[in-house]
Amino acid sequence: MDPLSWTGAPGPWLNPALGVAVLALAGAVVAHALARIFASGAQPITRRAVWVTLGAVALGGLAHLAGALVLAPDDTGIIARISARFWPVWAALGITFALSLALRRRLGLYGHLFENPMGMIGLGLVLFWVFTAIFADLIVPFDPVADVISGMKNKPPGTALRAPEPGQYGYYLLGGDALARDVFSRVVMGARVVLGIAPAATLFAFMVGIVLGVPAGYLGGRIDTALAFVANLVLAFPVILLFFLLVTPEIIAMGVPTYMAAVLFLFPIVFLVILWNARFHTRPVLRAVTVGLTVLVGGWLYLGLAWDADPLGLISIPGGVLIVFVAVVFVNAPTVFRIVRGLTLDIRTRDYVAAAQTRGEGAWYIMLWEILPNARGPLLVDFCLRIGYTTILLGTLGFFGLGLPPDSPDWGSSINAGRGLLQFFPFPPLVPAVAIMSLVLGLNLLADALRQESLRD
Amino acid sequence: MALFILRRLGVMVASMLCMTFIVFALTNLPANLEKLAKTQAGTRMTDAQVQSWLARGGYAQPMLRRYGEWLGVVPGHAGDASAGETAGRCARAAMQAGLDRAPRYCGVLQGNWGYSTKFRAPVGQVIAERLARTGVLMFWAFAVMVPLALVIGVLAGMREGSATDRTLSTVSIASTSTPEYVSGVIFVVVFASSMVGLKWFSGSAKSAVDGITFHNFTLPVATIALYGLGYIARMTRASMAEVMTAQYIRTARLKGVGFRAIVLRHALRNALIAPFTIIMLQFPWLLTGVVIVEELFVYPGFGNALVEGAQNNDIELLMAVSVVAVVVVLITQLISDIGYALLNPRIRVT
Repeated sequence: MDPLSWTGAPGPWLNPALGVAVLALAGAVVAHALARIFASGAQPITRRAVWVTLGAVALGGLAHLAGALVLAPDDTGIIARISARFWPVWAALGITFALSLALRRRLGLYGHLFENPMGMIGLGLVLFWVFTAIFADLIVPFDPVADVISGMKNKPPGTALRAPEPGQYGYYLLGGDALARDVFSRVVMGARVVLGIAPAATLFAFMVGIVLGVPAGYLGGRIDTALAFVANLVLAFPVILLFFLLVTPEIIAMGVPTYMAAVLFLFPIVFLVILWNARFHTRPVLRAVTVGLTVLVGGWLYLGLAWDADPLGLISIPGGVLIVFVAVVFVNAPTVFRIVRGLTLDIRTRDYVAAAQTRGEGAWYIMLWEILPNARGPLLVDFCLRIGYTTILLGTLGFFGLGLPPDSPDWGSSINAGRGLLQFFPFPPLVPAVAIMSLVLGLNLLADALRQESLRD
Repeated sequence: MALFILRRLGVMVASMLCMTFIVFALTNLPANLEKLAKTQAGTRMTDAQVQSWLARGGYAQPMLRRYGEWLGVVPGHAGDASAGETAGRCARAAMQAGLDRAPRYCGVLQGNWGYSTKFRAPVGQVIAERLARTGVLMFWAFAVMVPLALVIGVLAGMREGSATDRTLSTVSIASTSTPEYVSGVIFVVVFASSMVGLKWFSGSAKSAVDGITFHNFTLPVATIALYGLGYIARMTRASMAEVMTAQYIRTARLKGVGFRAIVLRHALRNALIAPFTIIMLQFPWLLTGVVIVEELFVYPGFGNALVEGAQNNDIELLMAVSVVAVVVVLITQLISDIGYALLNPRIRVT
């Protein structure tokens, strides 16, 4: 079979037209910018030119879309076929956006996002990758690790399989990598690895930062000095050196990640126990139930995740993933600590804290139920930004081949595997690079919009 | 002020000792020492051979004692001179200096950084050569990044909420979302590969060791500059936007001062205080970027030494690398604090 083209059958005559339209749009935008600076009299004309050319580009795009929907499946190109593979994501995105737009008045801060175009784009990008990670099994045409098909090594996008078996997908849509695996399937599955680690690691870093940072800011004194010294120590440590020292097979063999996980994974349980205890200490039954449940469920997860000793045998993480997770939490926690400490120092002086102190509330109640909820705005924004930063850190680890097994489909490892032959076979590293960039861009845009919208309230 | 600096210096020394000890402890874990022995003396050694190799090199002593040797506060392990061994650090130092007898102390405090097992050369020499190369890379990255970021930030911040502001802010966000290994890959594909066919620049900076040209140095510099650019620009924008709402700007406007004069003469100086500290704090951040870029563009600088040292468990090289990195971080923090206090008369350090 012939290799696929990017745009399929309508491409040869539609693409030149679209190219002209895009060039015209670029020209119009430049002219408009120049008119703004030098000749404000010409602005109405250039503005109209921008709109007209934008319309032409949109028309071209719509023609492609219509073509992809109307044409026989065999005539469609790579872009149309990839879009078709993503159908569960489009459906989920459509439902989410329709529901959110309809109910946006009742959704608080989340609803406000839909009044901010950049926020909507950011949310769209993030949700795209989240749904991709969820529905990855439905999207991938091949197994990202096991399917090594002969003759597909370093092939360009759209290459047809030489001898497809019945029921097998006929093309490598984004080409094959150096081991003849499907680049498209690897990127899609990589989303699952990245989005499985990054948000959870960020959440753990926040737990550590909050459990240590709120008391440091609220109580001050020796604890504060000691914790701040340790935090500054970790912060002054170059991230990359820490990764190279911590994330090596020798260290994993020594069991260091297990000990670090044993310490770091305790923090969420401690946090929740203190949280319930402070809230319900006047209602013994409720307190016993909530604290007991937390210890029971938390302890079970803790045994499984940190010590790989789940009595039920359900939960365990492989050593490579655990060390990556722990390293990322360890690097992020001191920054969160500093932010939380600073916020606490600020909020500590407010009247409602003084009121709670006069009422005779306990220190932990004030910290977790008076101060923390009032710090949620900046923390939410930082949480978004930090997931993006964590994604970048994961990519860095993968780029140096640290931690995750080399055949793991995560984006950093794929870039690492493909960078040697980058100048000759650009697609295996280029596609995951664009994936990382779009996810982080989405998170950063979302954080920026959240900051703007929460300031407006 | 002097007291403040003295106290900061004290904390710095304490941090340095803690951190070098952590690096020392991690590189001297039994598994890592075994790796070192095997990479140095052959991979098919038996456990007994490994032990004797380690004992001869002085690696078998207690870790604290060896840390003291490295630091130069404990007499160095000299090897068994009667058996003609020169494995100890002091013996090697003596040999290089052409002395008959090995000095008793030969640690960092005596100016002896040790011997790199990977590059088979004195660590001081390796580090100096590599730092010079990385310094050139950093210089050009800063020379591109800082002016560009300040211009973008000031242009965006002087009219908050305008179309220019929104466009430039989005550009900055996009730049902070592009880590070096992403922008490097994209730059190489667009400007150096046969796919797009531009082939303007080289995808390797190996030849930059002999001489820097536009051809071999543009892409590494652009890659490093891009990631930091957006962050500095956003900080400048926030600072500028805040200054533009200040009372004295309003007063100047009411006086009838032109917009250009307000921005250049009244706002700019105050708006650049915050970015100054941010720029100083970018140095440690840039280390990760430097390591990535030197790996991607095959440039044998400081970052490359870090990677090679870590992969071969070259203990003394790694120690020197971490000392340099940590010193840079701590000194830039100190300068940024002092500079902030000097530039901003409202802040008094007591």
